Amino acid sequence: MTTAVGDHPLGPLRPPGDTTGLFGVFRRRYLLKLLVQKELRVRYQASLLGLAWSYMKPLVRFSMYYFVIGLLLGLRDSVPLFALHIFTAMIMTSFFTETLNAGTKSVVKNKSLVRKMNVPREMFPVASTAVTTYHMIPQFTIVIAACLLVGWSPDRTAFIAGALGISIMLTISLAVALAFSALNVTFRDIGNFVETIGMMVMWSAPQLYPWDFVVRIIGGTWLEQVYLANPVAMATLLNQRAFWTPAIPPGEATEIMPLMPEHLLTRGFIMLGCCLLLVGVAQLIFSRLEGNFAERL
Amino acid sequence: MAESVVVDHVSKHFTMLNARTLKQRVVRARQGGFRNPTFLAVDDASFTIDQGEAVGLMGLNGSGKSTLLKLISGVLRPDRGTVLTRGRIAGLIEVSAGFHPQLSGRENIYLNGAILGMDEDEVDQKFDQIVDFADLERFLDTPVGRYSSGMSARLGFAVAASVDSDIFIIDEVLAVGDPPFKKKCLQRISQVRDEGRTIVFVSHNTTQVKRLCERALVLEGGRLGFDGPVADAVHYLKYDEDDDEDAEGGEI
Repeated sequence: MTTAVGDHPLGPLRPPGDTTGLFGVFRRRYLLKLLVQKELRVRYQASLLGLAWSYMKPLVRFSMYYFVIGLLLGLRDSVPLFALHIFTAMIMTSFFTETLNAGTKSVVKNKSLVRKMNVPREMFPVASTAVTTYHMIPQFTIVIAACLLVGWSPDRTAFIAGALGISIMLTISLAVALAFSALNVTFRDIGNFVETIGMMVMWSAPQLYPWDFVVRIIGGTWLEQVYLANPVAMATLLNQRAFWTPAIPPGEATEIMPLMPEHLLTRGFIMLGCCLLLVGVAQLIFSRLEGNFAERL
Repeated sequence: MAESVVVDHVSKHFTMLNARTLKQRVVRARQGGFRNPTFLAVDDASFTIDQGEAVGLMGLNGSGKSTLLKLISGVLRPDRGTVLTRGRIAGLIEVSAGFHPQLSGRENIYLNGAILGMDEDEVDQKFDQIVDFADLERFLDTPVGRYSSGMSARLGFAVAASVDSDIFIIDEVLAVGDPPFKKKCLQRISQVRDEGRTIVFVSHNTTQVKRLCERALVLEGGRLGFDGPVADAVHYLKYDEDDDEDAEGGEI
């Protein structure tokens, strides 16, 4: 018998750890599925309301926004379908903050696995992104139901915008979850950083105010470009283009103009490209730091 | 025979203290160079294990056995040198494996099996065998967090042993179980060995190592001190004198 590489029935000699990164995760979908189920099971275990919490929290937040911003500050009168405006935005912003929070903690939380078993470690941030995605499904159902109720007439752009918005949100969340979960192992102050970002995200997307307000104050300046360079803001706008604008009764929209930035779809596609690049960068950061996970934890 | 595990000039050091905050880092950098004290857990180890060989890994506490095992299993990456393996690796690095305390025994069997590379059908197929071996039918729906350490060890071993791996790694699992279970484990390990799979076995129990392995590696302060027949390794370690103390674990 020879030791020639390649012709052995068990294949060639290889380094033992799985270093194929995200590809390794998608090759082991069964494990990913189990980790997602585990997360769903464990997250609300031993709590009275259980899964209902993931509806309660956004509901309470939504009511507060609507009451304070819509009624007390009076935006309800100047923005058509203000409730839908908030809700379509909230889906996006809360998706981002949830993945950011859960994703950042994902590796540290699974330290018993990371320390003892050989798993593609990208599995954990990917699983927490998947869990958040799962939680997003009922929220979309609510939005669609609300849209149908008020009379939703989507055009082709609406569908493209919707798909684009979700794609941007998924890729940017995955990138952030990957990079931050790895950084959090070495630098535990990432937790505080993440909280701060979460707070900023809430205000940096047109959620509690319409796009028209942004244009009025910073339209045409470089600040407008900075504003639109934020993937969360872009995904929010796209989602509103998909659900909110096509639901506005004709005639009402004229009160606030413009509803959306110019070249929204083009900007969206460019943003998606950038976010995909960011996933690549995040994977590089992750791979770079991953070698030390088992000993740092 | 083809090589199954090749460890080539492998070193691994651990950082003993992490200066984590920016303040600490700046202060340290000012005090002449920012450097963390490190500790060489494995120091320039080189050896080859052939397919189907059963090798005992021995040495005192802190000699680097577990680190070496983690390097072979891929949990840790070497700082210098290379580790190469052929085929599927399964085993038990620490007693509680990667069990999730809040999940039931049943759920953990599936999760652990998947981590070790099994798919759903494979776990389904082996489920009864695993439960039977671990002898935990009654507690399958109890969260593993409520298991005793012996019970988790049994479950961990049962899952790991059920994988059709080419390399089987066991780290001192047998220290936890009761004598009947130890006996069962040792029987299973000899079975694995007789199937021609590679075994790396960490134990302080010389009788166990003698029964299972022909060859032993002895680590001393991270360096490979001895590589050869088990009997000589025992002599090298001066373990001969107290050989009888826990001989019960060695019965097969």
